[in-house]
Amino acid sequence: MAQNAERLNTANAENTPAVSVRRLVRRFGIRTVLNGIDLEIRKGEFVALLGRSGSGKSTFLRALAGLDHDVVGEGQLHVPSSLSVVFQDARLLPWKRLIDNVTFGLTGLDAKGRAATALREVGLANRELSWPGELSGGEQQRVALARALVRNPALLLADEPFGALDALTRLRMHALLRRLCQHHQPAVLLVTHDVDEAIHLAQRILILDEGKLVRDLPVDLPEHSQEREHEIARIRRHLLQHLGVNADPIEAQTLADPVSGQISTEKNDATGEPPRHRAAA
Amino acid sequence: MNSSTQTLTPVPSKARVIPHAANAGVATTAVRRSRLGPGREIRYGGAIGPVLLLAIWTLGSWTGFIDHRTLSPPWVVVQTAAELIESGRLWSNFETSLFRALQGLFWGVLFGVIMGVIAGLSRIGEYIIDGPVQIKRAIPSLALIPLLMLWLGIGESMKITAIAMIVVVPIYIQTHDCLRSIDSRYLELSETLGVTRGQFIRHVVLPGALPGFLLGLRFAVTSSWLALVVVEQVNSTSGIGYMIELARTYGQTEIIVVGLALYALLGLTSDSLVRLLQKKVLKWRKTLND
Repeated sequence: MAQNAERLNTANAENTPAVSVRRLVRRFGIRTVLNGIDLEIRKGEFVALLGRSGSGKSTFLRALAGLDHDVVGEGQLHVPSSLSVVFQDARLLPWKRLIDNVTFGLTGLDAKGRAATALREVGLANRELSWPGELSGGEQQRVALARALVRNPALLLADEPFGALDALTRLRMHALLRRLCQHHQPAVLLVTHDVDEAIHLAQRILILDEGKLVRDLPVDLPEHSQEREHEIARIRRHLLQHLGVNADPIEAQTLADPVSGQISTEKNDATGEPPRHRAAA
Repeated sequence: MNSSTQTLTPVPSKARVIPHAANAGVATTAVRRSRLGPGREIRYGGAIGPVLLLAIWTLGSWTGFIDHRTLSPPWVVVQTAAELIESGRLWSNFETSLFRALQGLFWGVLFGVIMGVIAGLSRIGEYIIDGPVQIKRAIPSLALIPLLMLWLGIGESMKITAIAMIVVVPIYIQTHDCLRSIDSRYLELSETLGVTRGQFIRHVVLPGALPGFLLGLRFAVTSSWLALVVVEQVNSTSGIGYMIELARTYGQTEIIVVGLALYALLGLTSDSLVRLLQKKVLKWRKTLND
């Protein structure tokens, strides 16, 4: 079953968007994972895509990356010819040293020199000759970023790139990604389930739900720290609400009985304690 | 300040003692977890097994436990070998056998790799190549020798072809299997990087299939010596197998043992060489072996 999608490469006119998606549909068997997506991403724009597990975020990214060979669907996709993908696992070729991993598939003059510069940018300057097996998860992901950005892509697709890293490393990687994108200025689509990551990195946040884009939020954080924190909290509440997550600690406290699981609707008894479970007669 | 003299109770050797300042004089023991891996490598440890075997043989012959007529004692074998070396017979036969096996190995490896890569990378290739190889594998190669003699005579080319045919099978199977087992994530990665098919084969497929190929090579090398033995006993006029056949006719068991010892030496040396190659070429791996 061949897919009927058209994947065309954009012309390099100044005003044309880097990414243009029209009525994109993708199906797995009887399940329609993407149900008509329309999206435009401008050149150099950083977009985050949020959504629940199974909402189709990865399917969408893979459609943009051209990795969905055997998937049924329709729609139109315009993506730049130079695009790079960063996966959740670093996918470094284990039999190549770091420098060779970064130059893999790199064309043009002085590939090794550019690769060395890229490794220096991500803070691995003197590790060029190491094997990937000698690196930590965070370091491997940094090399993956270097590899993706050394070819100056017009579009960077990142599929939960920091999902497998610990919280501290993740924060460092956020700073690194922000710095790299400010320098290289690709259009970015970051698929993530981390709401904070999306708020801190993106200029625009999309929410994917039931195969459709239900929210398209611009993010413009003010400079002043107090207003900034306020705005971050506001956006976060808004996003979590649309993702169906109740983050309010008081409301989230369940009244379910730990043994039977029944939600108690009785008021507290005379002692002020919640009523205890009574054995069935 | 008191100087505390603590008398520690003797603890079992496996436990690690952590002296506690709070309860001075009492040793708390921690359990050291036993290591699950094979443990560190010992230099030349691989020689321990064969040396042990040799020791048993020597002891057995010396005590008379092993009959001299059934199996010549090691010192007689050495003496006979020395005589053979002196007369030049040993070296010329050995040389002939070695070159035969190497040529058979060369052609077998070449065809095995080419077929393995083609069958691994293309469906049509697999459908065309895999079936016949499995059929060939099912037929005992040595049973093919009469046919080969019919087609190619009894000269060198028949012998080399027979060896090559035996070598092809493990090389093909291991290379093909390992190639197919290359993680598809690397395929996706290569697609996103926009590499050409040639680059993909050179940088992903061949290195990825290498571990399997080297394992196949170990089997192939052993098989080639096996094939050599049989092939040389059939209407041969040179080689170690010929030397053994001749000795059998004249009832010279010591020469037979010299021949067998030569085969053993060749087999062990070649296996060690391939293992060494494995270690050098696959040094990027982190496995139980390290």
